[in-house]
Amino acid sequence: MTEATLSDVTVGKPAPDARQSGRFLFWAATTFCIAWVLVPIYLLVVNTLSSPQEVSGFPKTGIPSFDMGSVQFFLGFTGVGYALVNSVIVAVLTMLFSILLGAPAGYALSRFDFPGKSAFRFMVMMTRAFPLPLLALPLAVMFIRVGLDDTQFGLALVHTTLALPFAVLITFSLFSGIPIELEEAAWTLGCNRIQAFRKVVLPLVLPGITASAVFAFTISWNEVFAAAVLTVDNRTLTAFLLQSLNVSPLHLRFAGGLALVLPALVFIFAVRKYMFAMWGIANR
Amino acid sequence: MAEIVIKNVAKRFGAFTALHSIDLTVADQEFMVLLGASGCGKTTLLRIIAGLDRPSEGEVWIGGRRVDHLPPRDRGIAMVFQNYAVFPHLTVYENIAFGLRMKKLPQGDIDKRVRRTAELMHIEQLLERYSGQLSGGQRQRVAVARALAMEPDVILMDEPLSNLDALLRLEMRAELKGVLAQSRTTTVYVTHDQVEAMSLADRISVMHAGRIVQSSSPVEVYRNPATHFVGSFIGNPPMNFIRAEKAGRGRWRVAGLVLEGPESGRERLDFAIRPEDLREGEGGLPATVRVVEPLGAHTLVTCEVEGSLFRAVLDSSTSAAPGDRLDLLPVSDRVRWFDPETSAAVKAA
Repeated sequence: MTEATLSDVTVGKPAPDARQSGRFLFWAATTFCIAWVLVPIYLLVVNTLSSPQEVSGFPKTGIPSFDMGSVQFFLGFTGVGYALVNSVIVAVLTMLFSILLGAPAGYALSRFDFPGKSAFRFMVMMTRAFPLPLLALPLAVMFIRVGLDDTQFGLALVHTTLALPFAVLITFSLFSGIPIELEEAAWTLGCNRIQAFRKVVLPLVLPGITASAVFAFTISWNEVFAAAVLTVDNRTLTAFLLQSLNVSPLHLRFAGGLALVLPALVFIFAVRKYMFAMWGIANR
Repeated sequence: MAEIVIKNVAKRFGAFTALHSIDLTVADQEFMVLLGASGCGKTTLLRIIAGLDRPSEGEVWIGGRRVDHLPPRDRGIAMVFQNYAVFPHLTVYENIAFGLRMKKLPQGDIDKRVRRTAELMHIEQLLERYSGQLSGGQRQRVAVARALAMEPDVILMDEPLSNLDALLRLEMRAELKGVLAQSRTTTVYVTHDQVEAMSLADRISVMHAGRIVQSSSPVEVYRNPATHFVGSFIGNPPMNFIRAEKAGRGRWRVAGLVLEGPESGRERLDFAIRPEDLREGEGGLPATVRVVEPLGAHTLVTCEVEGSLFRAVLDSSTSAAPGDRLDLLPVSDRVRWFDPETSAAVKAA
């Protein structure tokens, strides 16, 4: 025993160096990753909260002066309020559609064996392989024909096709995390299938479903291409900003950017724990 | 009165036949154990009685009512699952009350029944806890209490003790037997543990490859196995088997020894004897000792008889040592014979 310990010590001598450079690499990589995410957000915040002169002036202080001029101007800008309302309506509709369609699909995938099940799972993911521009133009033509163009409902349908694969996969993994025996026990205790679902499965998956709904909301909230193509008067905030901000002064662009990033950021942060369920890691 | 009658029940999963036309009657208040190795169809049969699986063919009757088309909730059954299936989002109290609330009993009755069954299972101090705060044994108790509180006609148990550690399993086994005997409920209990089966059952149905091969009292199953499989599956150490050659009418040559046996048209039979039914003595089966394991009360001696492995449970005073030659005398009324082709028991004349 003693010999082994001694030789360990001698052999281990050069280790601190290697360990130190390893630690340095680790912290450097971590810092880089954090900066990658935080610096743009920081710049957005600082420039939004600075006066227009500071935004275009030099040198920068890097500290916001809490000048609300840009924000106030942005909020008072004609059309912003309406676009914001549109964005919320479309995102809420998208959220509802994706959960109402996605959760039953996720449940069926996790509970029933049916022919073509793996093919179906694959197809669900495949919908994400088509570039949106490819879909958006034919869709725009079709929407004009059936009168869905320039409506919140029509845009929500398109956003639902974007959010649905995630809703299906997240709920599939949520339902799979709930042992079938719990449902079977409920059946033997006097429940039919629907009661068992409502009294046992639903309470257990509700937090995860909420998370997946919020995720669908942010997908719609952030989506700009389909929104820009499919709407003209009823633009969502993203499409509206895309249209008007490239002709606006710099400080206004920052304010608009922040207005877009902030809600998505807050929502995703609130449900971050459940996002991992999407990859099948978080099995309760 | 809740007698279970299973008529001609078969279950096929695609090309695989899990159950071949099962006929079984469980008497009212009987404790029936379905015993078999994993994959023999015992859990499938239990799930068909529960209504969680549908039979491909046949009928299931509970208490004189045909139930095979009914959902589980209309069958008057309660079930205890292998992994307990205690609802994690409800307290122990609400778990036990779950089925009673579904029955829409008045709150006063629910409370009375929950407290009574909780007391019976010794979990009255855990009523406000959630499943995550319970140990495996406690969850097991909750699952049993939840089933008992339903006051069902039939309780179905699917390997309820297999997830518990050995000591707890012994304790729960004795307790279950007491509680279920007291409740006078017809019970069907699935296990692969033969000791559990022997200790709990009024009657054991041994299952093998989708068929019930024997259905009788624990002692009968042990003493008079209906097939070669039952003999080798039940008992630890298992039964010894050796090939016997015909040596005249009702006489068979076993390892050079001629023994009285059944009259049979076969040229060969399997001679079988339990390890504890062998004695050291003159004129027995010639054996070469390989391993000697003193177990305190007895000594387990593993030897070789004509190339076959033989185990004998001898008195601990034995002086047998590895390499010794030993004569093993079978207790004559404990010898059993099996047909090597059908593997069924052959009764001595």
